[in-house]
Amino acid sequence: MFVYNLRLALLSMRRNPVLTLLMVSAIAIGIGMSTTCLAIFHVMSGNPIAYKNDQLYAVQLDNWDPAEAYTGPHDMPTQVTYLDATALMKAAKAPHQNVAFVSGLTLQSDNPAIKPYLIVARVTYNDFFPMFDTPFEYGGPWGNDADQGAQQVTVLSEETNEKLFGGANSVGKEVTLDNRRFRVVGVLKKWNPTPKFYDLENGALDDGEDLYIPFSLTQPMELHSFGNNSCWKDTSDHTFQGYLNSECVWLQFWAELPTAAARDDYQQFLNDYVKEQKKAGRFPRPAKTYLSNVDEWLKTNKVVPDEVRVLVALSFMFLAVCMLNTIGLILAKFLRRSGEIGLRRALGASRMALFRQYLVETGVIGLGGGLLGIGVGWIGLFGLRHMLSSDAGRAAHLDWTMVGVGLLLAVVASMLAGIYPAWRVVRIPPALYLKIQ
Amino acid sequence: MLKMENISKIYRTDVVQTHALRDFSLDVKEGEFVAVMGPSGSGKSTFLNIAGLLESFDGGSYTLDGEDVSHLNDDDRSRIRNERIGFIFQGFNLIPDLNVSDNVDVPLRYRGFKAAERARRVQAALETVGLASRMKHVPAQLSGGQQQRVAIARALAGEPRILLADEPTGNLDSLMARQVLDLIEGINESGTTIVMVTHDPELAKRAHRSVHVLDGQVMDLKAVPDTGKRETKGVQA
Repeated sequence: MFVYNLRLALLSMRRNPVLTLLMVSAIAIGIGMSTTCLAIFHVMSGNPIAYKNDQLYAVQLDNWDPAEAYTGPHDMPTQVTYLDATALMKAAKAPHQNVAFVSGLTLQSDNPAIKPYLIVARVTYNDFFPMFDTPFEYGGPWGNDADQGAQQVTVLSEETNEKLFGGANSVGKEVTLDNRRFRVVGVLKKWNPTPKFYDLENGALDDGEDLYIPFSLTQPMELHSFGNNSCWKDTSDHTFQGYLNSECVWLQFWAELPTAAARDDYQQFLNDYVKEQKKAGRFPRPAKTYLSNVDEWLKTNKVVPDEVRVLVALSFMFLAVCMLNTIGLILAKFLRRSGEIGLRRALGASRMALFRQYLVETGVIGLGGGLLGIGVGWIGLFGLRHMLSSDAGRAAHLDWTMVGVGLLLAVVASMLAGIYPAWRVVRIPPALYLKIQ
Repeated sequence: MLKMENISKIYRTDVVQTHALRDFSLDVKEGEFVAVMGPSGSGKSTFLNIAGLLESFDGGSYTLDGEDVSHLNDDDRSRIRNERIGFIFQGFNLIPDLNVSDNVDVPLRYRGFKAAERARRVQAALETVGLASRMKHVPAQLSGGQQQRVAIARALAGEPRILLADEPTGNLDSLMARQVLDLIEGINESGTTIVMVTHDPELAKRAHRSVHVLDGQVMDLKAVPDTGKRETKGVQA
């Protein structure tokens, strides 16, 4: 019967093309608006490493100004100082841990056709790669010796490898970064987690870095952060070493803690660490540390701003208005076919059979509206990407999940909108329909 | 087959009540062909709607094919309409988007028959009305008489126990009307009970008997003389 009802729905749509087009358009506009907003929300609210959500923890230590709390999640800095980062790495209390920051380097290719250009490098430890499950196309992470010995090695992103080596296996080849020769040890496959959970400070929806180099090069190359630096305490030492010794926070620290017990142990370790530091005159505020899993980290950093949530709510209200209009159009369409309804009732169709028939029809109309709405949404997102400079606008796109959600939303909303008209027309006595036939 | 006793039907609005039927009683035996006559507004259509379970009534009792149908719910009324009653309307009431075959198929869909059984019944019904070769035509491609024959085929496909016809030749010219009436007579001769509402006394003469309705009541009965063509069956009001 479903196939029969489907066929009747298509015939009905063809019978009143103008009315059908009006309904499909009304749904399409509503769906287009809501999928555009949902796509932005979807991109911003996702957890790209949900399967390790309860193993990866962002570390927060409150080394901030005693006079004024830091404005951020849990009233604590979201990054750590170089002093603390190196101390925690040295303690190595977690099975895996890494500290990282972004820096800028001038890349000079051996290919004279490629002019030197500025790249964004993530300066980190080799644990970064297994902790965050970065996929490798060629080679792999550098070894511990590179981390300890400040070796000039690098892992390239897929895009950089494509640009420099045409996508070929470049492991073993060299590039020049800030006039130093670096040997390529690995090339990543396309990897662009969104949001960029491991560094929300520096553009949660930005693209990934161009390449990766060992953290141990920070001092010898005097690598400055290209990301956010937050300082509260003046320092008289304006040298690079003075910067490293300062209370400025500019490094992201993550620990991989596979069990709840490991997490508790690490929390205790952090608390003990802060107590020790207080004895040394640091950490003037009440002792406070925090470990956030990925979900919590994304939430407390408000990757999805309230404005986006409001936008999504408004888009759904707009969809509701469109569906209210659609209810009127559906009712008009159904009532125009009252003669057929009366006839089918006379021939033995139960109310429920006709109700199902008309719901299928509204579902088909919704599907049409949904398909058109996906197109409208795609155009909307295309416009956002090209007209707006916001991260969300640039990052938002329609993936298959969003296409599925959009279509499902259209069909469900249309069927909901069709309930009242269908219920109403099947309840009118068939004799009345036959009289006006 | 169809027995109504003291049926009353009142249409109510905020300001007025209209007695469409009052103490309406009629007994139609199995295999009978009864013509129901009366002027406009006399209650013929209301009677036919009630007889076809398309409308409820306010008082009295109604037995159809041995079953008291006075208090059935909507689903049961739909089921009985589908299984036991065939309708023929003045305006044919074919669905314009569906071809002849699909129009005849409509009641069978709601009966839950398998595709093969539906196809067999559609074929047989269209052969009965002489339109098996027009299965793929849409109603607009047929003459009025052909459309009414399709409507008759649709009514026959479900093999109903009773056929209710509302001015079945009202929209047809005399030649077409005669063909359709011949068809209806043939259906009756094969055993199907027929109740036909008509204005036309000439048509009523083709029935076993005619019933006159006035102001919502049966006025009298008039047995049609046996022409020798058909057997007149027992008649009583």
